[in-house]
Amino acid sequence: MERNNQLQRQVALMRQSLFDQGYLDEQFVQLEELQDDTNPNFVEEVVTLYYRDSARLIASIEQALDKSPLDFNKLDSYMHQFKGSSSSIGGRKVKTECSQFREYCRTGNGEGWQDKQGPEVQLLAPHRKKKRDSAHNSFC
Amino acid sequence: MSKQVAGAASLPSRSVGSGKAEMGDGTGVSSTTAPAKKKLSVLIVDDDLMIRTIHTILVSRVGGEVESQVAENGKVAVDLFRSGKSFDVVLMDWEMPVMNGIEATKELRNMGVSSMIVGVTSHSMDTEKDTFMAAGLDDCYEKPLSIKILKDILQKMKIDA
Repeated sequence: MERNNQLQRQVALMRQSLFDQGYLDEQFVQLEELQDDTNPNFVEEVVTLYYRDSARLIASIEQALDKSPLDFNKLDSYMHQFKGSSSSIGGRKVKTECSQFREYCRTGNGEGWQDKQGPEVQLLAPHRKKKRDSAHNSFC
Repeated sequence: MSKQVAGAASLPSRSVGSGKAEMGDGTGVSSTTAPAKKKLSVLIVDDDLMIRTIHTILVSRVGGEVESQVAENGKVAVDLFRSGKSFDVVLMDWEMPVMNGIEATKELRNMGVSSMIVGVTSHSMDTEKDTFMAAGLDDCYEKPLSIKILKDILQKMKIDA
């Protein structure tokens, strides 16, 4: 019983830290509030769908980044989708990064893409080999 | 009141209590005295399964007698109406494969569908929303919808008992 309480406290702290660090926003709370006894796994189902879609989008983005010259329209389209689904799940930080990426597309800034691939994208793309500082992995 | 709007003309906003077609029997017959206890029907049109899941649960939580159905692109939505099904409200995404939200909205209006069609899109710029509205929407909101916005939308559809 004590262990359960401990685990629950840990989960609650992890959850709060995601909000405090700006990874999640109010939209995630809205999703949590939609969960009830008739849909007890709603949040998990939605997050699972999000990870599935995100992994596929990131794989497409990586493929597009390997092409030369860069197809900014295609990259912008992928980022638009990614931003939309991240916004729907309350993924505030990913959404912000997506907006930045879209700016790079608008200005044709290929180097901006290389520098700006933050930890949030790393988490969703396990095959990436970029050397970055370790990301906050509790979002996984 | 039956709308026979063709093309991409902008439509006036709906007012509360206005008569609407396709209430109940799906034949498209106009009625201003629809049965008060009829369930409000919502068609959720989006190619994203995550959005369809979220909006389906949102609709079920709005309270009152509301039911929903999903369609994964504009063509599926149009085919549903063609098959004789009717919905009070259509939540229409913009970017979808096969037939996008603009094409589907224009097609539905060309068919004489006067259901409330609400655009739900990630496109946030006013010019983009104007483009979508011009296809024949009654209103347009950014994704994702919230309970409050959905309640406001459905409130506009309720007919006083």
